[in-house]
Amino acid sequence: MTIIMVVATLLPLTMMAAINHYQYQKALSRETIEPLKNLVNKTQHSFELFLTERLSAVSFIAAAYTYHELADQKTLTFIFHAMKEKFGGFVDLGMIDASGLQVSYVGPYDIEGKQYKDQEWFKEVLVRGEHISDVFMGHRKFPHFVIAVQNENEEGEKCILRATIDTELFNQLIASMGLDAASDAFVLNRDGVFQTTSKFYGKVLEKFPMSMPPLSYSANVLEMEDSEGSDILLAYCDFSSPSFVLMLVKPQSTVHGSWYTLKGELLFIFIGGIVVIFLVVFKITDLLVKRIEESDRRREITYHQTEHTNKLASIGRLAAGIAHEINNPLAIINEKSGLMEDLIQIKFDLERKGRLLELTGSIRHSVERCSTITHRLLGFARRMDAKLETINLREVFMEVFGFLEKEAAHRNITVHLQLDEALPDIYSDHGQLQQVFLNILNNAFSAVDDGGIVTVTSFEHDADLVGISIADDGVGMSEETMKHVFDPFFSTRGTHGTGLGLSITYGIVNKLGGKIDVQSKEDEGTTFTVYLPKKSYLGRDV
Amino acid sequence: MENLKVLLVDDEEEFILTLAERLELREIKALTAVNGEQALQVVEREKPPVVVLDVKMPGIGGMEVLQNIKGRHPEIQIILLTGHGSTKDGIKGMRLGAFDYIMKPVKIEELIDKMREAYEAFRASKK
Repeated sequence: MTIIMVVATLLPLTMMAAINHYQYQKALSRETIEPLKNLVNKTQHSFELFLTERLSAVSFIAAAYTYHELADQKTLTFIFHAMKEKFGGFVDLGMIDASGLQVSYVGPYDIEGKQYKDQEWFKEVLVRGEHISDVFMGHRKFPHFVIAVQNENEEGEKCILRATIDTELFNQLIASMGLDAASDAFVLNRDGVFQTTSKFYGKVLEKFPMSMPPLSYSANVLEMEDSEGSDILLAYCDFSSPSFVLMLVKPQSTVHGSWYTLKGELLFIFIGGIVVIFLVVFKITDLLVKRIEESDRRREITYHQTEHTNKLASIGRLAAGIAHEINNPLAIINEKSGLMEDLIQIKFDLERKGRLLELTGSIRHSVERCSTITHRLLGFARRMDAKLETINLREVFMEVFGFLEKEAAHRNITVHLQLDEALPDIYSDHGQLQQVFLNILNNAFSAVDDGGIVTVTSFEHDADLVGISIADDGVGMSEETMKHVFDPFFSTRGTHGTGLGLSITYGIVNKLGGKIDVQSKEDEGTTFTVYLPKKSYLGRDV
Repeated sequence: MENLKVLLVDDEEEFILTLAERLELREIKALTAVNGEQALQVVEREKPPVVVLDVKMPGIGGMEVLQNIKGRHPEIQIILLTGHGSTKDGIKGMRLGAFDYIMKPVKIEELIDKMREAYEAFRASKK
């Protein structure tokens, strides 16, 4: 039963916990991953805008000015300063002719006249018309990159305008993402070389320690382990041009911090629920089992009580039958002996008349004794039926005592009767009271040795109750025995007792609205006191 | 106690015969009947002033006989013999018109006293 109850209560709880767990996890990942994607997308756009702007600026200059104007150092210087002022980030500006020769140059380096013919980017510009380089360290040891745009002079000769741009603006864009201390954002090229410095994974131009994620032009988030083995969320987005990747790394611990708290709370509630359920289930089953046991016990007692009462009733009927049958021959004996006496008195004058009268007298005396017994038996049997009537406690007790008087005499037991004659009559059940007194007196007699003393005292206890106590100086009881003295089937007399006498007595006294009290000391004796209500006990089941 | 004539009714013949003999010794004329029918016949024939009647008898029971006699001869006084050590039947009988009741086994002196009282009552009711 316990197992069924536990399963029945735990199953829904577990299911609910599992569903909650799943839903919370889903909601939480939506809440953390979507913002990451958005942020990466937005920043990637800013980067592209920034690059496009710079490229457009250089393209515009290349288109707006003639070859000669740009080849002129003065004009180029003017353009460079205006550009630097309006766009920012420009470090230098140079004009290279179709042969790869630096024709004019404005900037911090002395590189006028440098030959670029064999460089990769130069060839690319000639083919594609424009070029944005990866980041590299220049002569002044700070990272920058190059934008180069092709132009054609009047003669149709191609020339290239080349601008170097500081990556400081990259850093500003990354800073504008407003990341927390544990997060990191950086730009890589597709070969995995850092284009900006990463907080945790390397400096500019160093190699990214992890493998590159698959190409994705829209923001993508991966859950993975980083090179140091911590769980991270990697959000990234590829640039359409140049082949850069913007990456945002967030440790899962911070992302999932709130999730873990929630999970902890969820787990706490779940375990707490289980504990409470177990406690309640065990308590309830325990209680139920006890109730059932108790009712079983009560039923058994009631059953035995009924059985006992029935047995007594049959004994009563049997006794009444016997008494009645014996009464008639007794009457005959009585009359015959009477007649003998009459004849002896009236007609005979025998030598031994005295002796004969003595004999008939003895017969009549015996008849009287038998008669007393049959009368008592009949009276006892008649009162087996339960009914309430006005009762003189003293009379009831004396009736019962009559049955045990002989035993007392044989065993030389002294019975002190201190029955209060002024005790008011009570309203109770005659037959049941007889049983009560008979049981207690029987117990007292079996507790005392031959020659023992039993004292019976009746008294008015208070306004509502009268009491009768039966005290013996017998073996007494241990405290342990006293605890069980009214329990059914508890007997110290082994096979001699049914263990029902006192439990039935207890039941009867309870039913009659009274109470029974026991006091005992080993080797000193036992006192049973029965308290009975003077008035009828209404509202109780009889 | 001349003229005192009683009818003893009991199914125990031994009992009433012995009792009758004892009463005769005391010069009381005692008639006997061992059942209700016989008792009613004797009453009709002899009209005894006093009847001692056992309550429990086979056939017509004591109570019935009592009612019958009292119905026809209210002046006849009836003493009930109750055998069960019970006063209940006695009281019931007295309500039905019995003069008194006495429990078995009886003491002869007690019975004779009761008979005399009953006879007085009989004579009183005749006047």
